[in-house]
Amino acid sequence: MNATSLTSILIWLPIAGALLIWLLPLSRYATGSLALLFSLAEVGFWIEQAARFDFSGSGLQMEERAKWFGDLGVSYHVGVYGFSLWLVGLTVVAMAAATGYGFWVGRERSRAYFGLMLLLTGATVGVFEAQDLLVFYAFFEAMLIPLYILIGVWGGARRMEATIKFVIYTMAGSLLMLAAIVAYGLKAGTFDLVDGPTSASRWLFLGFMLAFAIKAPLFPFHGWLPDAYRQAPPEVSAVLSGVIAKAGLYGMLRIAIAKFPDPTSFYRTTVLALAAAALVYGSLLAFRSADFRGVIAYSSLAQSGLIALGLFAGTDLGFDGAVLQMVAHGLISTSLFLIAGAVERRTTTGEFRLLGGMARGRPALATLLMVVGVISLAVPGSASFAGEFLILAGVFQRAWWWSAIGAGAIVLAAMYMLRLISAVLHEARGSTVPDEALDVRPGELGLVVPLVAGLLFLSAWPAGISHHSFFGQSPAATVKSQFK
Amino acid sequence: MSLHTPHIDWFGLAPVFALVGTSFVALLCAVLVPRAVRRIAAASVAIAGFTAGIVLAIWLYVDSANGHTIVSGAFYRDRWTALGQIILCGIGLATTLLAVEHVPGWGRNADPARRDDHVAEFFALLLASAAGMVFFVGAANLMTLFLSLEWFSIALYVMCAIDYDLESSLEAGLKYLIVGSFGAGALLFGSALVYGATGKISFHGIAAAAASQGLTGDTFVVVGIALIVAGLGFKMSAAPFHMWTPDVYEGAPTTVTAWMSSATKVAALLLTFRLMTTAFAGDQHLWGWAFAIVATASLAIGNFAALVQRNVKRILAYSSISHAGFMLIGLSAGSALGGRALMYYLIPYSAMAFGSFAVVAARERELGVPVTLDNLAGFGWERPFLGVAMWFFMFGFAGLPLGGGFVGKFYVFAAAYQHGWVWLVIVGVLATLVSLYYYLGIVRAMYMRPAAELALAGGSPPRERLLQLTVGAALVVSFGSLFAVQPLIDLARHAASSLPL
Repeated sequence: MNATSLTSILIWLPIAGALLIWLLPLSRYATGSLALLFSLAEVGFWIEQAARFDFSGSGLQMEERAKWFGDLGVSYHVGVYGFSLWLVGLTVVAMAAATGYGFWVGRERSRAYFGLMLLLTGATVGVFEAQDLLVFYAFFEAMLIPLYILIGVWGGARRMEATIKFVIYTMAGSLLMLAAIVAYGLKAGTFDLVDGPTSASRWLFLGFMLAFAIKAPLFPFHGWLPDAYRQAPPEVSAVLSGVIAKAGLYGMLRIAIAKFPDPTSFYRTTVLALAAAALVYGSLLAFRSADFRGVIAYSSLAQSGLIALGLFAGTDLGFDGAVLQMVAHGLISTSLFLIAGAVERRTTTGEFRLLGGMARGRPALATLLMVVGVISLAVPGSASFAGEFLILAGVFQRAWWWSAIGAGAIVLAAMYMLRLISAVLHEARGSTVPDEALDVRPGELGLVVPLVAGLLFLSAWPAGISHHSFFGQSPAATVKSQFK
Repeated sequence: MSLHTPHIDWFGLAPVFALVGTSFVALLCAVLVPRAVRRIAAASVAIAGFTAGIVLAIWLYVDSANGHTIVSGAFYRDRWTALGQIILCGIGLATTLLAVEHVPGWGRNADPARRDDHVAEFFALLLASAAGMVFFVGAANLMTLFLSLEWFSIALYVMCAIDYDLESSLEAGLKYLIVGSFGAGALLFGSALVYGATGKISFHGIAAAAASQGLTGDTFVVVGIALIVAGLGFKMSAAPFHMWTPDVYEGAPTTVTAWMSSATKVAALLLTFRLMTTAFAGDQHLWGWAFAIVATASLAIGNFAALVQRNVKRILAYSSISHAGFMLIGLSAGSALGGRALMYYLIPYSAMAFGSFAVVAARERELGVPVTLDNLAGFGWERPFLGVAMWFFMFGFAGLPLGGGFVGKFYVFAAAYQHGWVWLVIVGVLATLVSLYYYLGIVRAMYMRPAAELALAGGSPPRERLLQLTVGAALVVSFGSLFAVQPLIDLARHAASSLPL
């Protein structure tokens, strides 16, 4: 197998798996195993892709191109850059963990469920690999279809409002993006992201940016977030905040910043202000939140703001730090949501006033939550410390007060994370915590521990990502030169 | 006295004759074939007719690279006609398969023994209406246009009322008759005005006369165009000429609704595009704006009215109004790209429209009552294949990239943008956003209702192999058109090259 076909395999293998699962009348157990097998194969193929990726090479790698429809200049064009490689890796790993979680808890209507999870995997990988605007859009929208059904069917009691809000919000953004894509592509004569020219149109920039700001989300476009994260099944919340939100941030980097350099500088202060608002506001809400998932949800909002701060700083350190932080936060919030799911399964609730004292007699749970929590609050030496430090240093070069705001928010992060840890693990035993509630089982450990191991690895060697995302010495120059 | 008869290119009219001929045979089945085998005999005749129609239309498509008129300029033999005929005959074939199990409709308590009484007449009417439509898409002058319009409309009026012991069916037929006649009257009056001003009835002749006599913007011609737009607007059920649509779609037997919602739109939109770009090219700024406004109205009314409906057939009726709006965006651009966009859009649209009504027909048969969002609960889990097909169609209608509907929307937006109408793109985008609510509402009803409501329907539903086959075919077409964009666009481009763009 040659290296280029890995790109397409990563997209279409899970989609083929989804079709297979829908067609074969297998039992719940067999369906789950098959789905898990497919998602592990994805991880394997991604490792192969990463091994064959030439980090010293420039430009798009493992590129595949086929005509889709020629008269408007649309082609099926996929390939990876360094930063997209890491996001694909995050996707396949987080999706495998989420699929495994679904298998572990034994989701009802398993064929529909696992098929949709695989479909979501393929679509999300497609977003990170697409190099044609229409292909990008198609995958960006395609993520929504499985998410809608996953939340709507397997979600919590108030899932109906959550799904409608989620879909309407995201579609409002992405349909305006479609209009922007039409305008950009017809003017440029091609929809290709690699060949396409840069544009100076502020309207088009806003059309793209709105879609990404809703997906990420940035303040004040986060209205869908708390409901969706609370009502979705925990493993779907995990990929929503861990992976799907990154698609919005990735779009900012790959399209909004790269293709619209002039509008980016024009709106830089505005976007930085919204990002900083998301960071501070999200952190405050996370501190005030009364339940486990609420804290993670709002901290995801804060982290999206932080990453956008790094991206729109437009400096070398900012870009490096943003990519690192995307991966680190992806792993953190996936782990946290899966742990939240484990806690909710044992206590039927995520509300802090009903929880507490779970550390006693449950050392594995306590250790896991403690480790992830401590990494999440960016303790020095952790992967997210490296990411946040790079971002703050990067945005410092723009103006010092941005990093002052960011540093303040990191203090808030420590506050809400420690509050979460103590409310779940320590304090008096909560009324819904039964004595006989088990510690995390090996199956659950098997899902979360690899994610934590990845985080520890990144803590030890953050440069693994931050120095291997952009070609050349200066990421800012690479972004400016369209990643050439 | 010698009577002058024009030379007739019989082969150019072959699809029409195939359908008319089989229509007569099907009618004979009604009297000559014993009741026990009447349904299967008439259906076989219809299948033969539509298959012959498809084969002949493909042959004509291949053989008519240089489009021209035949029968003294009364009919176009070109690829625009042929491609339209292929699509129409394809829908006709699917309708026949659906009708075998579903005509007359199931929403009634009539004696099952009488189900076969008038089934052969139904197939005869179906073939006759299809013959009218395949003639209509090739009409080359105002006379053949009006003639064929009445031809297929009269057949449709009767088909709507085919469930004659059901009040709603009779009501639908009568409503369609009265409103349709009004539209036909407007069309006829408009044609008369255009003829009066230009002295010509052929599309080319009108264009030539308008150009040579400086009749562009002439009052009679403009009023004539306005009335013709109104008359055709009734047929394509575009707002504000849509009032009949929800009632007729709801009342007519679902098989007939499926046929009307897909085939009538194909015929009306293709003919309208040809008529406007050929005969009234000089007045494009006028009809372009007119259709842009009609498109906006259709998008607004179709989508907002659908939001408050509970009856699924009414929701789909309003959805068809809004899709007329989308296709009119492409039409109003009046460009080669607009023509391609329209032709392409029609393919996945008609498959999805037909398929979704077929699914409704299955549920209707199961319950024996009109299908609403409430009694759709749990349907997705009970009938997995039909459920998946339905959510597929709904997401496809909404323009999510699950099928050709997405590319179709992209094309019509591109056509509008190329024409310089960014505002129309924005209107289309906002309309899509609104439409999501009711399309997702149907998916929600099928899959996401609380468990207590799921156990509504009882008994095991009939197997309905033919219905499943047609739904499967609709799925293949709507899904396949996402991947086979290039071949389909090539077909559409060759078809549109027959038009003077």
